[in-house]
Parts: sequence; C-alpha cells; structure tokens
Amino acid sequence: MADTLFHKVWNAHKVRTLPSGQTQLFIGLHLIHEVTSPQAFDMLRQHGWKVAFPERTIATIDHIVPTSSQQRPFLDVMAEEMTVSLERNCKEFGIKLYLPDTMEQGIVHVIGPQLGLTQPGMTIACGDSHTSTHGAFGAIAMGIGTSQVRDVLASQCLAVEPLKVRRIDVSGQLAPGVYAKDVILTIIRKLGVQGGVGYAYEYGGDTLDRMTMDERMTICNMSIEGGARAGYVNPDETTFAYLKGRQFAPSGAAWDKAVTWWRSMASDRNANYDDVVRLDAGAIEPTVTWGINPGQSVGVSERIPANADPEALAYMGFEAQMPIRGTKIDVAFIGSCTNGRLSDIEEAARIVKGHKVAKHVKALMVPGSREVAKEAEKRGLHQIFIDAGFEWRGAGCSMCLAMNPDKLEGRQVCASSSNRNFKGRQGSPSGRTLLMSPAMVAAAAIAGEVADVREMLEAVPA
Amino acid sequence: MSKILSVSGRGIPLRGNDIDTDRIMPARYLKVVSFEGLERHVFEDDRKTNRGPHPFSDMRYQDAAVLVVNSNFGCGSSREHAPQGLARFGIQAMIGESFSEIFLGNCSVLGVPCFTADHDTIDKLQSLIEQSPETTVDANVETGIVTAGPLKFQASMPAPVRDAFVQGKWDPTMMLLDKFDEVRHVATHLPYVSGF
Repeated sequence: MADTLFHKVWNAHKVRTLPSGQTQLFIGLHLIHEVTSPQAFDMLRQHGWKVAFPERTIATIDHIVPTSSQQRPFLDVMAEEMTVSLERNCKEFGIKLYLPDTMEQGIVHVIGPQLGLTQPGMTIACGDSHTSTHGAFGAIAMGIGTSQVRDVLASQCLAVEPLKVRRIDVSGQLAPGVYAKDVILTIIRKLGVQGGVGYAYEYGGDTLDRMTMDERMTICNMSIEGGARAGYVNPDETTFAYLKGRQFAPSGAAWDKAVTWWRSMASDRNANYDDVVRLDAGAIEPTVTWGINPGQSVGVSERIPANADPEALAYMGFEAQMPIRGTKIDVAFIGSCTNGRLSDIEEAARIVKGHKVAKHVKALMVPGSREVAKEAEKRGLHQIFIDAGFEWRGAGCSMCLAMNPDKLEGRQVCASSSNRNFKGRQGSPSGRTLLMSPAMVAAAAIAGEVADVREMLEAVPA
Repeated sequence: MSKILSVSGRGIPLRGNDIDTDRIMPARYLKVVSFEGLERHVFEDDRKTNRGPHPFSDMRYQDAAVLVVNSNFGCGSSREHAPQGLARFGIQAMIGESFSEIFLGNCSVLGVPCFTADHDTIDKLQSLIEQSPETTVDANVETGIVTAGPLKFQASMPAPVRDAFVQGKWDPTMMLLDKFDEVRHVATHLPYVSGF
C-alpha cells in the first residue's frame, strides 16, 4: 500500500503500544548538548539506570560556548561548569563527546549531518526544538525535553503519539536574492505559527527537488516555528551525494544496500496525506519579520500589515503600514543552526565583498561548526568578512539565543539569520530581532538598515 | 507512581496567544545543571516589562494551582526548564485553547495535565478568576469536566495522555524499560543499526 515516509519510518521503529495507549518508538540517533542533558543524567544516577545504547548517543557543546575565545577554562564560570558536567557524564556513561578542542565540534544540528550521523529512514531525537533540521535527510527528527532525554538515554525509546502528515508542495523557480529562508518564512506566514500543531510537514515539489541539502536543512529547521514538531524532505540523489564519504556514513558494500533501503523509505508517489498545501516559489520575495513571532513577516517591498498585532508593534516600536525596508539596525548576526552553514557564508560573502559594514553596526559572522569555519577559511571567505568589518568568530549557537557572551543590549535591533524573533530572545529583555536570510543580513549590515538584497546582487557577478 | 485523577485549586489567568518558552523561562536561566530554584525566574522579563501587573506578580494569584492560558502556549524552544519552573511555582494543571506539542509532552512527563477548551470557554474562565481570584477551579482528569464557581464545562485531553495520568503511568521510563527484549528486537531489525 502506498504510504508516506513518516508512516514507514514510524512503523519500522515502533516497539509496541504502551499500556497508556502511546507508542513506544525506538530512537536511532540521539544527540545531546550541555543545556538540556545534565538533569537527565542526574535522574539516571538517582534510579541506578545505565545508558541502554551508548553508541547511539553523540554529544557536543554549542549553546553556551563563547565564540570570541574558546580557551578552557571558559571565563563564564557556569559555562565551564556545564561543560565539565557534560564531560563527566559522557565519560561515566560511555558517550562520545565533541568539545571545541576537536574538529568535530559545532552546533548539534550542523555537525550531525556534517559527520554523516544523520541518515534517511532514521528516528532522531535531541533536547532541542530545532532537531527538525535533520528531517532534511528523510529522517523523523523531533525535539524533546530533558525528562525525555532521560528516557532515550535509559531505553533508547520515547513514549509518543503519531503525527498527521501535511504535504507542502513548493513549485517554481526562486528569483535571485530569494533563498530557502524566504521559503520557510513564507510557509510560516501563510500557515501560521500554530498551523503545524499535530502535524509533521513533508516538504516537496520541484523547488525542493532542486535544493541543496543546506537549503533543505534551513527549511526543515524552522518547521517547529510553524508549530510542526517534525518536518522532512524525501531522500533522493542529492541526499545520497551529500552523505557519500562522510565519517559515519555507510561505505563499501554497505553503501549500496543503504541507498536501496533509503529509497524504499521515501513516500510513495500516490501516498495519502492528511492535508496538502501548494506554494508558488516564483511569487516569494526576500522576507523579513517585523514582529515577535516568526509568522509575523512581510516581503521586503511590503509594508507592515494594517491589522498587525498591537502587542508586537508596541514591543518592536513599529507602526502598522510602515515599510520594513529602511528600518535602522544596530547589530547584524549571521549564523545559527538555521543559516550557519558553508553555503550561507558563501552567499553572504558575495554580498559583503568589497563593501564596509555601516559605521553604527556591530556585525558578527559565527560559523555553525569548526568544520564549516575551516572550509570557509580555506576559501578565504573569513578575510572578506574581516575586511568588511565583521567579527569572524568561533563555532556555536551564539546570538541566536544569547546563552554565551554574544547578546543584544537594551532595545538594539538585530538583523539576524537565526530562527526566533521572540521577545528577549537575543539576550536583552527589550532587544528586537528581524529574521531574514544570511544574504539579507549581509545587505542590512552594509546599508545599516533593512535593504533589498536583490538590488545589491545586480552589482555582483554571478 | 501516583495516579493523577483531578487537580483542584485557585486559578491564575494569563492572557495572550503564542506565549513562547523563552518568555516563560529566559535563556540565561538555563545556565544551570539542576532545575532547582527555577520558579523564581518564571516570566521574569515579562513581569518586569508588563504595562500592568503581570499575573505571576499579582499577589491575588500567588497560591494558584491551575494556569489558564490561550492558544499555542509554550511554543518555541523545547526547554523543560519552562514547565519545570511553572510546576515548581505551584502550577499543577493547565487549561488552555491549545499547547505546543513539545511543551505538552514535557508537562505530561512531569505529571502536569493540560486540558484544552474553546476560546469563549477559556475567556469566561479567565474573566471569572480575574473577578473572583478565590474561586476554586476543579479539573477532573478522568472525565475532563472543569468546574469553577458557576462555570462548568467539558475540556479535552488526548486519550493516551489522559489514560497515562489516570493509570499512574505518566512517567514513562519504567514502561519503556519494561519489555526491553522487544526494544532489542526492533533495533536488530533496523538496517542502519545492524550495519546494512
């Protein structure tokens, strides 16, 4: 019978129906970091439980890691304590840990794919809502809380309920200066920040078919911003080409078998969906948020809606029907698990090259992983940013959620390639975030205000 | 594990849609290795910047056990620190128009039942508590019936979650470990676990 990837993966990982009626689901890959795991390990110790499959959990530090100097011990005493705690826990329970002194360290959702840990047909869990990123490979990947981290450590399973599946079909050619980030911001704007509650989003259509893995990851990453706990793209040749040769990807005879299995897990052509939504990629323009949730966005040439939420307007200091273009910014941040990958840096570098960051703007470029930083540096991209007046930093989550020293101050406005424009998200209780693509952040950094990257691209040779 | 059949206590109304977990528990308070003391920081920034008194700073609601919210409560970050903070503040149940999925899962594992009802019903309950904070809100997990003063309505909860509370099986680790041979069986049949 024709079926979706979601159901195939779910059924392959279902252990049983629990007495409560929930599904006991086996988790193929568990990723942990320093913020949401320490209490989980304490709970294990309290009960005398072991980690059931230590080889199926991988740890790194990303949220609290400083990006200016990653020298240990960290200056922030709590950041150091959390790191020491993770080191101790991983050692005690036999879990592989990547610290900043290893080349593998980075944002957990950047390194999973980069190392080839993330693979099609898997179930993946991590104590972080942006776990949906891994769905780009055709995995069912879900964010969980700390008690559930404990459950996965103890049993490699979760007690969960199945989701409905909504197919989001995107077709048409993206215009120059329009990126995966604009596509997902448009999807969230259209379906709302609550639209995905109860659903997994399956993204497809010719636009998605043409996208690179980096672009698909950007889209899946923000599924949670649309309320969907999981989002995925069916695995295809692009997926396999990305994975081939990576450290944890299958090799030799196992590779061909793996590809055969991965193909078999993709949604069948005539699969049934609980809902289908279609979107014209050609109609999307560079998109910018004006409010306090990621659904509150407009195209850069549009004005803030007449019926805009008064609470959001008051917080942002904006007025209804104001153009978003020309909004003065104080900080520009390129990075995060949404847009901190090599292609994001390359695209931003195209805009930045030969320009200077506006005098009043503080601009940060934070690679998503040490590997991304190394690759970018090999290509000389770091120098383009440094010459323009950006700060070139070490890998981590940084100003996306400001658990490290990278924070907004007062009511600063930040053009940000991250994923959340919530009140206070970037470290200042009154700080303001405008979400946009990395290229748009680069354009804003140079202009000192929200600008239309399409106009800057006209001057850049392709 | 104890059965959770009903929650009874004073209510605390918190109006607004899409209240995210960054607002419930600002990220700087996640720099901890335990959940202890998080109740002190619940809605800390909102409480400071709110134009009027924030419900969590309002003495009339200080002993509340039932939080009444609007739609998509707890969206955003998966941080369990948010429901942990609320639970440690004294919240034992929530009634709202809707909850974010990850937040709802976290609450269930902590033994905090979350009920849903339509906008008008929630609005009536919030208004009632605002007018008479001393009203006892009684939420019956088994039947889904909520009573508060003159108000009585049917709220809902996904059946498996309700059953888990009623049977005292809301903390799943023991259940997940119960038939571990079946876990091993599933694992060995997954091609990527066995090396293809």
